[in-house]
Amino acid sequence: MSFWSHFSYAITIFLMVAGLYIVIARGNLIKKLVGLGVFQTSVYMLYIAPGKLIGGTAPIIDANFKVYSNPLPHVLILTAIVVGVATLALGLALVVRIREAYDTIEEDDILASDEGEPGGDGQRR
Amino acid sequence: MALTVIVLTRSRNLFTVVVLAGVYSFLMATALVALDAVDVAMTEASVGAGISTVLLLGALYLCKSEETKPVRKPWLPLAVSAAAGALLVFGTLGLPAFSDPAAPIHTHVVPRYLNDVLRETGVPNVVTAVLASYRGYDTLGETTVVFTAGIGVIALLRRRRKQPGAANKQDAAK
Repeated sequence: MSFWSHFSYAITIFLMVAGLYIVIARGNLIKKLVGLGVFQTSVYMLYIAPGKLIGGTAPIIDANFKVYSNPLPHVLILTAIVVGVATLALGLALVVRIREAYDTIEEDDILASDEGEPGGDGQRR
Repeated sequence: MALTVIVLTRSRNLFTVVVLAGVYSFLMATALVALDAVDVAMTEASVGAGISTVLLLGALYLCKSEETKPVRKPWLPLAVSAAAGALLVFGTLGLPAFSDPAAPIHTHVVPRYLNDVLRETGVPNVVTAVLASYRGYDTLGETTVVFTAGIGVIALLRRRRKQPGAANKQDAAK
């Protein structure tokens, strides 16, 4: 086992950890969603990279090629991308509503405003 | 790509963050082409770099575009992330090497798809054949998810239909 044979995993893990860090450490809700997107793309790498065969080609059947990369991760990740953009749209809609109700998209300010007046979010719309 | 992510983590201006996220998506699409996943790369370039960026910009238009300083120290999240990363690195030690033809991922059902797909469906692109012919019900379920998300966005933003911007966002979500 060499370093280069596991290089794709190293990239995947770096992206995953960076996304996780953004989601946990940053209080801004839009930044959190971007971090979630980075985390998600790291999962794309996690699935696609093991399916690659060096010397292989894209999985489109043709008489000139004998070796193809694995098509099944591609199918799974196509679904994941589309579902990802759906969740992103829903998350951003929630952020916009939170901005209307609290006039901020910083997590700390939202918490402070909730502690200031209990049950305040119901009336402030 | 790693550089883009580092700058993205450190940047405070949300507009910069959104543009960098688009750049990151294009780089990811390029990497996916190099990994032979051409269908996925096309989807990532159009959906990840296109629609996501438009959605984020639409949300930025409705919100403030500057991030305030974090109140807490970043050490605890950093420690949690580093611990998770170390655990994952430990996990990769047992995984097969890159592009190993004997890895389990290449030996189970995939040869059957690659050998029989042309005879059974007549579609030369295996990804399309699996997506639409073999696993059509899953794709139907995926469409249901997108439909539900669109309904959720409309339900959340319906009150503000009088203002401009909200209508654009609803159209984009569909």
